[in-house]
Amino acid sequence: MSNTDIIIHDEKDNVGVVVIKKITPEQNCNCWIMENDKSVSIQSKDEIQLGHKIAMADLNEGDTILKYGHDIGKVVKNIKKGEHVHVHNVKTKKW
Amino acid sequence: MEIPDSFLGYKRENGRAGTRNHVIILPVDDISNACAEAVANNIKGTIALPHSYGRLQFGADLELHFRTMIGTGKNPNVAAVIVVGIEPKWTKRIVDAIATTGKPVEGFSIEGVGDIDTIAKVSKKAQEFSMWASEKQREECPISDLWISVKCGESDTTSGLASNPTVGNLMDKLEPLGVHLCFGETSELTGAETVCEKRGKTPEAQAKFKKTWNDYNDFILKEATDDLSESQPTAGNIAGGLTTIEEKAFGNFQKIGGCQFIDVLEPAEEPTKGAGLYFMDTSSAAAECVTLQAAGGFNIHLFPTGQGNIIGNPIEPVIKLTANPLTAKAMSEHIDVDVSKILSREMNLSQAGDELIKSTLRVANGRLTCAEALGHKEFVMTKLYRSA
Repeated sequence: MSNTDIIIHDEKDNVGVVVIKKITPEQNCNCWIMENDKSVSIQSKDEIQLGHKIAMADLNEGDTILKYGHDIGKVVKNIKKGEHVHVHNVKTKKW
Repeated sequence: MEIPDSFLGYKRENGRAGTRNHVIILPVDDISNACAEAVANNIKGTIALPHSYGRLQFGADLELHFRTMIGTGKNPNVAAVIVVGIEPKWTKRIVDAIATTGKPVEGFSIEGVGDIDTIAKVSKKAQEFSMWASEKQREECPISDLWISVKCGESDTTSGLASNPTVGNLMDKLEPLGVHLCFGETSELTGAETVCEKRGKTPEAQAKFKKTWNDYNDFILKEATDDLSESQPTAGNIAGGLTTIEEKAFGNFQKIGGCQFIDVLEPAEEPTKGAGLYFMDTSSAAAECVTLQAAGGFNIHLFPTGQGNIIGNPIEPVIKLTANPLTAKAMSEHIDVDVSKILSREMNLSQAGDELIKSTLRVANGRLTCAEALGHKEFVMTKLYRSA
Protein backbone atom coordinates (compact mmCIF):
# COMPACT_ATOMS: atom_id res chain seq x y z
CA MET A 1 0.00 0.00 0.00
CA SER A 2 1.36 3.43 -0.90
CA ASN A 3 1.61 5.86 1.98
CA THR A 4 -1.52 7.82 2.76
CA ASP A 5 -0.99 11.57 2.99
CA ILE A 6 -4.60 12.67 3.32
CA ILE A 7 -7.71 10.99 4.77
CA ILE A 8 -11.22 11.90 3.64
CA HIS A 9 -14.10 10.78 5.88
CA ASP A 10 -16.97 10.54 3.40
CA GLU A 11 -17.23 10.36 -0.39
CA LYS A 12 -19.35 13.55 -0.36
CA ASP A 13 -16.70 15.57 1.52
CA ASN A 14 -15.01 18.48 -0.26
CA VAL A 15 -12.10 18.61 2.22
CA GLY A 16 -9.51 16.08 3.35
CA VAL A 17 -7.24 15.96 6.42
CA VAL A 18 -3.44 15.82 6.20
CA VAL A 19 -2.21 12.83 8.23
CA ILE A 20 1.55 13.14 7.70
CA LYS A 21 3.73 15.74 9.44
CA LYS A 22 3.13 18.21 6.61
CA ILE A 23 2.60 18.38 2.87
CA THR A 24 4.48 20.90 0.74
CA PRO A 25 3.34 22.97 -2.29
CA GLU A 26 2.97 20.99 -5.52
CA GLN A 27 3.26 17.70 -3.69
CA ASN A 28 1.30 14.87 -5.30
CA CYS A 29 -0.68 13.43 -2.40
CA ASN A 30 -2.36 10.07 -1.95
CA CYS A 31 -5.81 10.37 -0.42
CA TRP A 32 -7.85 7.59 1.16
CA ILE A 33 -11.62 7.83 1.48
CA MET A 34 -12.60 5.99 4.67
CA GLU A 35 -16.26 5.50 3.80
CA ASN A 36 -15.75 3.45 0.65
CA ASP A 37 -12.03 2.54 0.91
CA LYS A 38 -11.29 4.26 -2.42
CA SER A 39 -8.11 6.14 -3.21
CA VAL A 40 -7.76 9.43 -5.09
CA SER A 41 -4.86 11.82 -5.61
CA ILE A 42 -4.49 15.58 -5.44
CA GLN A 43 -1.73 18.12 -5.98
CA SER A 44 -1.37 20.54 -3.08
CA LYS A 45 -0.97 24.29 -3.55
CA ASP A 46 0.08 25.18 0.01
CA GLU A 47 2.20 23.83 2.81
CA ILE A 48 -0.33 22.14 5.11
CA GLN A 49 0.43 20.75 8.57
CA LEU A 50 -0.74 17.50 10.14
CA GLY A 51 -4.43 17.66 11.05
CA HIS A 52 -5.18 20.60 8.80
CA LYS A 53 -7.56 20.46 5.84
CA ILE A 54 -7.02 20.64 2.08
CA ALA A 55 -9.70 21.62 -0.47
CA MET A 56 -10.54 18.69 -2.73
CA ALA A 57 -12.35 21.00 -5.22
CA ASP A 58 -12.57 24.71 -6.14
CA LEU A 59 -14.87 26.35 -3.61
CA ASN A 60 -16.62 29.72 -3.88
CA GLU A 61 -17.71 32.19 -1.23
CA GLY A 62 -20.99 30.96 0.29
CA ASP A 63 -20.35 27.28 -0.52
CA THR A 64 -20.85 24.71 2.22
CA ILE A 65 -17.91 22.70 3.52
CA LEU A 66 -18.77 19.03 3.85
CA LYS A 67 -16.86 16.74 6.23
CA TYR A 68 -18.16 13.46 7.71
CA GLY A 69 -20.74 13.97 4.93
CA HIS A 70 -22.16 16.85 7.00
CA ASP A 71 -22.26 20.64 6.85
CA ILE A 72 -19.42 22.02 9.00
CA GLY A 73 -19.47 25.68 7.88
CA LYS A 74 -19.40 28.13 4.99
CA VAL A 75 -16.69 29.45 2.67
CA VAL A 76 -16.01 33.16 3.33
CA LYS A 77 -13.18 33.56 0.79
CA ASN A 78 -12.80 31.66 -2.51
CA ILE A 79 -10.63 28.56 -2.19
CA LYS A 80 -8.81 26.76 -5.01
CA LYS A 81 -8.48 22.99 -5.15
CA GLY A 82 -5.34 21.99 -3.22
CA GLU A 83 -5.33 25.05 -0.92
CA HIS A 84 -5.33 25.08 2.88
CA VAL A 85 -8.86 25.30 4.35
CA HIS A 86 -9.12 26.83 7.83
CA VAL A 87 -10.33 29.83 9.85
CA HIS A 88 -8.98 32.29 7.23
CA ASN A 89 -11.45 31.10 4.57
CA VAL A 90 -14.18 29.17 6.40
CA LYS A 91 -16.56 30.21 9.19
CA THR A 92 -19.24 28.53 11.30
CA LYS A 93 -22.87 28.94 10.24
CA LYS A 94 -23.91 29.06 13.90
CA TRP A 95 -23.00 32.65 14.69
CA MET B 1 -10.81 -10.49 19.79
CA GLU B 2 -12.74 -12.38 22.42
CA ILE B 3 -13.68 -9.86 25.08
CA PRO B 4 -13.07 -11.06 28.67
CA ASP B 5 -16.33 -11.36 30.58
CA SER B 6 -14.98 -10.15 33.91
CA PHE B 7 -12.54 -7.85 35.66
CA LEU B 8 -11.13 -7.64 39.18
CA GLY B 9 -13.03 -5.03 41.14
CA TYR B 10 -14.08 -4.12 44.65
CA LYS B 11 -17.60 -5.34 45.44
CA ARG B 12 -19.62 -2.81 47.36
CA GLU B 13 -22.45 -3.19 49.84
CA ASN B 14 -25.12 -2.04 47.34
CA GLY B 15 -24.14 -4.49 44.60
CA ARG B 16 -22.05 -2.07 42.51
CA ALA B 17 -18.34 -2.67 41.87
CA GLY B 18 -15.42 -0.24 42.05
CA THR B 19 -12.24 -0.12 40.00
CA ARG B 20 -10.59 1.77 42.87
CA ASN B 21 -10.76 1.66 46.67
CA HIS B 22 -10.52 5.25 47.84
CA VAL B 23 -11.26 6.65 51.30
CA ILE B 24 -12.28 10.25 50.72
CA ILE B 25 -12.46 13.28 52.97
CA LEU B 26 -15.19 15.36 51.37
CA PRO B 27 -15.56 19.02 52.33
CA VAL B 28 -19.12 20.32 52.04
CA ASP B 29 -17.90 23.86 51.38
CA ASP B 30 -14.85 25.94 50.50
CA ILE B 31 -14.02 26.89 54.10
CA SER B 32 -13.83 23.23 55.17
CA ASN B 33 -11.07 22.47 52.65
CA ALA B 34 -8.28 23.24 55.14
CA CYS B 35 -9.59 20.72 57.66
CA ALA B 36 -10.15 18.04 55.01
CA GLU B 37 -6.66 18.54 53.60
CA ALA B 38 -5.07 18.44 57.06
CA VAL B 39 -6.77 15.10 57.76
CA ALA B 40 -5.70 13.63 54.42
CA ASN B 41 -2.17 14.75 55.21
CA ASN B 42 -2.32 13.05 58.64
CA ILE B 43 -3.85 9.77 57.61
CA LYS B 44 -2.27 7.73 54.83
CA GLY B 45 -4.57 6.06 52.37
CA THR B 46 -7.08 8.92 52.36
CA ILE B 47 -7.60 11.72 49.87
CA ALA B 48 -9.20 15.13 50.37
CA LEU B 49 -11.40 16.55 47.60
CA PRO B 50 -11.12 20.33 48.02
CA HIS B 51 -13.29 22.58 45.83
CA SER B 52 -14.41 26.20 45.65
CA TYR B 53 -18.12 26.28 46.53
CA GLY B 54 -20.91 25.22 48.87
CA ARG B 55 -21.93 28.46 50.59
CA LEU B 56 -25.02 30.59 49.92
CA GLN B 57 -26.02 28.60 46.87
CA PHE B 58 -29.74 28.22 46.23
CA GLY B 59 -32.33 26.61 43.96
CA ALA B 60 -31.18 24.35 41.13
CA ASP B 61 -27.55 25.38 41.71
CA LEU B 62 -27.68 24.18 45.34
CA GLU B 63 -29.42 20.96 44.31
CA LEU B 64 -26.62 20.32 41.79
CA HIS B 65 -24.05 20.95 44.53
CA PHE B 66 -25.71 18.35 46.77
CA ARG B 67 -26.13 15.89 43.89
CA THR B 68 -22.42 16.17 43.04
CA MET B 69 -21.29 15.78 46.68
CA ILE B 70 -23.62 12.84 47.32
CA GLY B 71 -22.89 11.14 44.01
CA THR B 72 -19.14 11.42 44.59
CA GLY B 73 -19.52 9.75 47.97
CA LYS B 74 -21.79 7.03 46.56
CA ASN B 75 -19.45 6.20 43.65
CA PRO B 76 -18.34 2.55 43.93
CA ASN B 77 -14.69 3.56 43.53
CA VAL B 78 -15.04 5.01 47.03
CA ALA B 79 -14.85 2.54 49.93
CA ALA B 80 -15.65 4.94 52.77
CA VAL B 81 -16.37 8.64 53.21
CA ILE B 82 -15.90 11.35 55.78
CA VAL B 83 -17.92 14.51 55.17
CA VAL B 84 -16.71 17.74 56.79
CA GLY B 85 -18.76 20.93 56.67
CA ILE B 86 -18.88 24.19 58.54
CA GLU B 87 -22.38 23.51 59.90
CA PRO B 88 -24.20 20.26 60.74
CA LYS B 89 -27.39 20.46 58.67
CA TRP B 90 -26.01 20.33 55.12
CA THR B 91 -23.29 17.93 56.31
CA LYS B 92 -25.92 15.51 57.64
CA ARG B 93 -27.98 15.72 54.45
CA ILE B 94 -24.95 14.51 52.46
CA VAL B 95 -23.99 11.83 55.01
CA ASP B 96 -27.51 10.40 55.12
CA ALA B 97 -27.76 10.15 51.34
CA ILE B 98 -24.35 8.44 51.00
CA ALA B 99 -25.30 6.04 53.82
CA THR B 100 -28.07 4.54 51.63
CA THR B 101 -25.31 2.64 49.79
CA GLY B 102 -24.42 0.83 53.01
CA LYS B 103 -20.78 2.01 52.90
CA PRO B 104 -19.12 3.49 56.01
CA VAL B 105 -19.72 7.24 56.17
CA GLU B 106 -19.42 9.76 59.00
CA GLY B 107 -20.01 13.52 59.16
CA PHE B 108 -18.32 16.26 61.20
CA SER B 109 -19.01 19.98 61.48
CA ILE B 110 -16.51 22.63 62.44
CA GLU B 111 -18.70 25.43 63.85
CA GLY B 112 -18.35 25.74 67.66
CA VAL B 113 -15.38 23.34 67.67
CA GLY B 114 -12.70 24.90 65.48
CA ASP B 115 -10.32 23.36 62.97
CA ILE B 116 -7.80 21.79 65.36
CA ASP B 117 -10.17 19.71 67.48
CA THR B 118 -12.18 18.78 64.38
CA ILE B 119 -9.02 17.65 62.59
CA ALA B 120 -8.18 15.45 65.61
CA LYS B 121 -11.63 13.87 65.72
CA VAL B 122 -11.85 13.39 61.95
CA SER B 123 -8.32 11.95 61.81
CA LYS B 124 -9.24 9.21 64.28
CA LYS B 125 -12.24 8.19 62.20
CA ALA B 126 -10.25 8.49 58.98
CA GLN B 127 -7.56 6.17 60.35
CA GLU B 128 -10.23 3.61 61.20
CA PHE B 129 -11.76 3.84 57.70
CA SER B 130 -8.39 3.73 55.94
CA MET B 131 -7.23 0.62 57.78
CA TRP B 132 -10.64 -1.05 57.24
CA ALA B 133 -10.56 -0.28 53.51
CA SER B 134 -6.98 -1.55 53.18
CA GLU B 135 -8.20 -5.09 53.81
CA LYS B 136 -10.67 -5.03 50.92
CA GLN B 137 -9.63 -7.44 48.16
CA ARG B 138 -10.32 -7.32 44.45
CA GLU B 139 -12.76 -10.00 43.34
CA GLU B 140 -13.99 -11.21 39.98
CA CYS B 141 -16.83 -8.96 38.78
CA PRO B 142 -18.84 -9.29 35.56
CA ILE B 143 -17.82 -6.84 32.84
CA SER B 144 -21.33 -5.38 33.10
CA ASP B 145 -20.21 -3.84 36.41
CA LEU B 146 -18.15 -1.37 34.36
CA TRP B 147 -19.80 2.03 34.04
CA ILE B 148 -17.76 3.83 31.40
CA SER B 149 -17.93 7.58 30.83
CA VAL B 150 -16.32 9.36 27.89
CA LYS B 151 -15.29 12.93 27.16
CA CYS B 152 -12.69 14.26 24.74
CA GLY B 153 -10.46 17.31 25.16
CA GLU B 154 -7.96 19.50 23.32
CA SER B 155 -9.39 17.85 20.25
CA ASP B 156 -8.00 18.23 16.78
CA THR B 157 -8.89 16.62 13.48
CA THR B 158 -7.08 13.42 14.51
CA SER B 159 -9.71 13.07 17.28
CA GLY B 160 -12.53 12.88 14.76
CA LEU B 161 -10.49 10.72 12.39
CA ALA B 162 -9.26 8.11 14.81
CA SER B 163 -9.25 8.46 18.62
CA ASN B 164 -12.96 9.28 18.98
CA PRO B 165 -13.99 6.52 16.53
CA THR B 166 -11.80 4.14 18.58
CA VAL B 167 -13.93 4.95 21.63
CA GLY B 168 -17.02 4.49 19.44
CA ASN B 169 -15.72 1.07 18.40
CA LEU B 170 -15.30 0.12 22.07
CA MET B 171 -18.87 1.27 22.77
CA ASP B 172 -20.22 -0.80 19.87
CA LYS B 173 -18.44 -3.86 21.27
CA LEU B 174 -19.22 -3.37 24.98
CA GLU B 175 -22.81 -2.13 24.82
CA PRO B 176 -24.18 -5.62 24.01
CA LEU B 177 -22.38 -6.92 27.13
CA GLY B 178 -24.55 -4.85 29.47
CA VAL B 179 -22.09 -2.07 30.26
CA HIS B 180 -23.37 1.38 31.31
CA LEU B 181 -22.01 4.15 29.03
CA CYS B 182 -22.19 7.93 29.25
CA PHE B 183 -21.31 10.84 26.99
CA GLY B 184 -21.93 14.53 27.65
CA GLU B 185 -20.65 17.91 26.40
CA THR B 186 -23.88 19.68 25.45
CA SER B 187 -22.04 22.66 23.95
CA GLU B 188 -19.74 20.54 21.81
CA LEU B 189 -22.64 18.89 20.03
CA THR B 190 -23.57 22.26 18.55
CA GLY B 191 -23.78 21.78 14.81
CA ALA B 192 -24.49 18.07 15.20
CA GLU B 193 -27.47 18.51 17.54
CA THR B 194 -30.16 17.34 15.12
CA VAL B 195 -28.09 14.31 14.10
CA CYS B 196 -27.48 13.54 17.79
CA GLU B 197 -31.16 13.95 18.66
CA LYS B 198 -32.05 11.20 16.18
CA ARG B 199 -29.78 8.81 18.12
CA GLY B 200 -32.28 8.81 21.00
CA LYS B 201 -33.68 5.30 21.29
CA THR B 202 -37.20 6.49 22.13
CA PRO B 203 -39.24 9.59 21.21
CA GLU B 204 -39.01 10.58 24.92
CA ALA B 205 -35.19 10.39 24.89
CA GLN B 206 -35.10 12.43 21.66
CA ALA B 207 -37.45 15.09 23.03
CA LYS B 208 -35.46 15.31 26.26
CA PHE B 209 -32.23 15.78 24.33
CA LYS B 210 -33.79 18.46 22.13
CA LYS B 211 -35.03 20.39 25.16
CA THR B 212 -31.66 20.08 26.93
CA TRP B 213 -29.72 21.36 23.92
CA ASN B 214 -32.23 24.18 23.23
CA ASP B 215 -32.10 25.33 26.87
CA TYR B 216 -28.32 25.44 26.65
CA ASN B 217 -28.37 27.31 23.34
CA ASP B 218 -30.90 29.87 24.65
CA PHE B 219 -28.61 30.47 27.62
CA ILE B 220 -25.60 31.00 25.32
CA LEU B 221 -27.52 33.42 23.09
CA LYS B 222 -28.62 35.36 26.20
CA GLU B 223 -25.26 35.49 28.01
CA ALA B 224 -22.71 35.59 25.19
CA THR B 225 -21.27 39.01 24.48
CA ASP B 226 -20.80 38.24 20.80
CA ASP B 227 -20.36 34.58 19.99
CA LEU B 228 -18.39 31.58 21.17
CA SER B 229 -15.88 31.77 18.34
CA GLU B 230 -13.13 32.62 20.83
CA SER B 231 -13.73 29.58 23.05
CA GLN B 232 -15.40 27.08 20.71
CA PRO B 233 -13.28 25.85 19.04
CA THR B 234 -10.46 26.62 21.51
CA ALA B 235 -7.10 28.01 20.41
CA GLY B 236 -5.71 24.47 20.85
CA ASN B 237 -8.44 23.03 18.62
CA ILE B 238 -7.66 25.61 15.91
CA ALA B 239 -3.93 24.92 16.10
CA GLY B 240 -4.81 21.28 15.54
CA GLY B 241 -6.75 22.10 12.38
CA LEU B 242 -10.33 22.30 13.64
CA THR B 243 -12.06 25.24 11.99
CA THR B 244 -15.64 25.41 13.30
CA ILE B 245 -17.79 24.21 16.20
CA GLU B 246 -19.74 22.06 13.71
CA GLU B 247 -16.57 20.26 12.63
CA LYS B 248 -15.64 19.73 16.27
CA ALA B 249 -19.15 18.46 17.04
CA PHE B 250 -19.16 15.82 14.30
CA GLY B 251 -15.73 14.68 15.47
CA ASN B 252 -16.92 14.58 19.08
CA PHE B 253 -20.00 12.60 18.07
CA GLN B 254 -17.81 9.73 16.73
CA LYS B 255 -17.28 8.68 20.37
CA ILE B 256 -20.66 6.93 20.60
CA GLY B 257 -20.10 4.74 17.56
CA GLY B 258 -23.41 3.37 16.34
CA CYS B 259 -25.04 3.37 19.81
CA GLN B 260 -28.37 4.97 20.68
CA PHE B 261 -28.90 6.74 24.01
CA ILE B 262 -31.71 5.52 26.23
CA ASP B 263 -32.08 8.57 28.46
CA VAL B 264 -30.86 12.10 29.11
CA LEU B 265 -29.42 12.74 32.57
CA GLU B 266 -29.26 15.96 34.55
CA PRO B 267 -25.68 16.92 35.51
CA ALA B 268 -24.43 14.40 38.15
CA GLU B 269 -27.65 12.36 37.93
CA GLU B 270 -27.38 8.60 38.38
CA PRO B 271 -28.84 6.54 35.52
CA THR B 272 -31.79 4.36 36.46
CA LYS B 273 -32.93 2.76 33.22
CA GLY B 274 -30.47 -0.12 33.17
CA ALA B 275 -27.47 -0.86 30.98
CA GLY B 276 -26.82 1.11 27.80
CA LEU B 277 -25.77 4.55 26.66
CA TYR B 278 -26.83 7.76 28.44
CA PHE B 279 -26.36 11.40 27.52
CA MET B 280 -25.57 13.69 30.48
CA ASP B 281 -26.08 17.45 30.23
CA THR B 282 -22.59 18.76 31.05
CA SER B 283 -20.20 21.55 30.26
CA SER B 284 -17.45 20.63 27.82
CA ALA B 285 -14.77 21.80 30.25
CA ALA B 286 -12.89 18.57 30.95
CA ALA B 287 -12.65 18.59 34.75
CA GLU B 288 -16.23 19.78 35.24
CA CYS B 289 -17.57 17.13 32.90
CA VAL B 290 -15.64 14.20 34.40
CA THR B 291 -16.50 15.33 37.96
CA LEU B 292 -20.21 15.24 37.03
CA GLN B 293 -19.93 11.85 35.32
CA ALA B 294 -18.10 10.39 38.35
CA ALA B 295 -20.87 11.76 40.57
CA GLY B 296 -23.35 9.97 38.29
CA GLY B 297 -21.71 6.72 39.38
CA PHE B 298 -19.35 6.01 36.47
CA ASN B 299 -16.28 4.05 37.55
CA ILE B 300 -13.85 4.33 34.61
CA HIS B 301 -13.32 7.10 32.07
CA LEU B 302 -12.02 7.20 28.48
CA PHE B 303 -10.55 10.48 27.32
CA PRO B 304 -9.44 10.89 23.70
CA THR B 305 -7.22 13.91 23.06
CA GLY B 306 -5.63 15.46 20.00
CA GLN B 307 -3.33 18.24 21.12
CA GLY B 308 -2.85 16.78 24.62
CA ASN B 309 -5.28 17.50 27.46
CA ILE B 310 -3.75 16.25 30.75
CA ILE B 311 -6.80 15.98 33.04
CA GLY B 312 -7.36 13.39 35.78
CA ASN B 313 -9.99 12.84 38.45
CA PRO B 314 -9.51 11.92 42.12
CA ILE B 315 -11.92 8.95 42.16
CA GLU B 316 -12.53 7.90 38.54
CA PRO B 317 -9.43 6.73 36.65
CA VAL B 318 -9.06 8.65 33.37
CA ILE B 319 -7.54 6.69 30.47
CA LYS B 320 -6.11 8.89 27.73
CA LEU B 321 -5.75 7.99 24.11
CA THR B 322 -4.51 9.95 21.14
CA ALA B 323 -4.19 9.43 17.40
CA ASN B 324 -1.92 12.44 16.96
CA PRO B 325 1.59 11.01 16.47
CA LEU B 326 3.22 14.31 17.55
CA THR B 327 1.26 14.39 20.82
CA ALA B 328 1.89 10.68 21.45
CA LYS B 329 5.62 11.39 21.20
CA ALA B 330 5.92 14.82 22.83
CA MET B 331 3.54 14.07 25.73
CA SER B 332 4.04 10.33 26.10
CA GLU B 333 3.82 10.44 29.90
CA HIS B 334 0.16 11.47 29.58
CA ILE B 335 -0.95 8.97 26.93
CA ASP B 336 -2.17 5.54 28.02
CA VAL B 337 -3.12 4.31 24.53
CA ASP B 338 -1.48 5.42 21.28
CA VAL B 339 -3.73 4.82 18.25
CA SER B 340 -1.77 7.03 15.83
CA LYS B 341 -1.10 4.01 13.63
CA ILE B 342 -4.69 4.38 12.39
CA LEU B 343 -3.56 7.49 10.49
CA SER B 344 -0.71 5.66 8.78
CA ARG B 345 -3.16 2.79 8.18
CA GLU B 346 -0.91 0.32 9.99
CA MET B 347 -3.84 -0.35 12.36
CA ASN B 348 -7.56 -0.45 11.61
CA LEU B 349 -10.35 0.87 13.80
CA SER B 350 -11.39 -2.52 15.11
CA GLN B 351 -7.81 -3.31 16.16
CA ALA B 352 -7.61 0.06 17.89
CA GLY B 353 -10.92 -0.63 19.66
CA ASP B 354 -9.56 -3.97 20.87
CA GLU B 355 -6.39 -2.28 22.19
CA LEU B 356 -8.55 0.23 24.07
CA ILE B 357 -10.69 -2.56 25.58
CA LYS B 358 -7.52 -4.33 26.76
CA SER B 359 -6.17 -1.14 28.34
CA THR B 360 -9.54 -0.35 29.93
CA LEU B 361 -9.61 -3.78 31.58
CA ARG B 362 -6.01 -3.44 32.80
CA VAL B 363 -6.91 -0.14 34.43
CA ALA B 364 -10.15 -1.60 35.80
CA ASN B 365 -8.03 -4.37 37.34
CA GLY B 366 -5.81 -1.83 39.07
CA ARG B 367 -3.13 -0.56 36.68
CA LEU B 368 -2.56 3.14 37.36
CA THR B 369 -3.44 5.52 34.54
CA CYS B 370 -0.87 8.09 33.43
CA ALA B 371 -3.01 10.79 35.08
CA GLU B 372 -3.08 8.87 38.37
CA ALA B 373 0.67 8.26 38.31
CA LEU B 374 1.25 11.97 37.63
CA GLY B 375 -1.06 12.99 40.48
CA HIS B 376 -3.88 14.57 38.50
CA LYS B 377 -6.99 14.81 40.70
CA GLU B 378 -9.02 17.66 39.27
CA PHE B 379 -12.30 17.84 41.20
CA VAL B 380 -14.32 20.75 39.85
CA MET B 381 -17.89 21.57 40.83
CA THR B 382 -20.22 22.90 38.15
CA LYS B 383 -21.85 26.18 39.19
CA LEU B 384 -25.08 27.14 37.42
CA TYR B 385 -25.24 30.79 38.55
CA ARG B 386 -23.92 33.19 41.19
CA SER B 387 -24.53 32.62 44.89
CA ALA B 388 -26.90 34.69 47.01
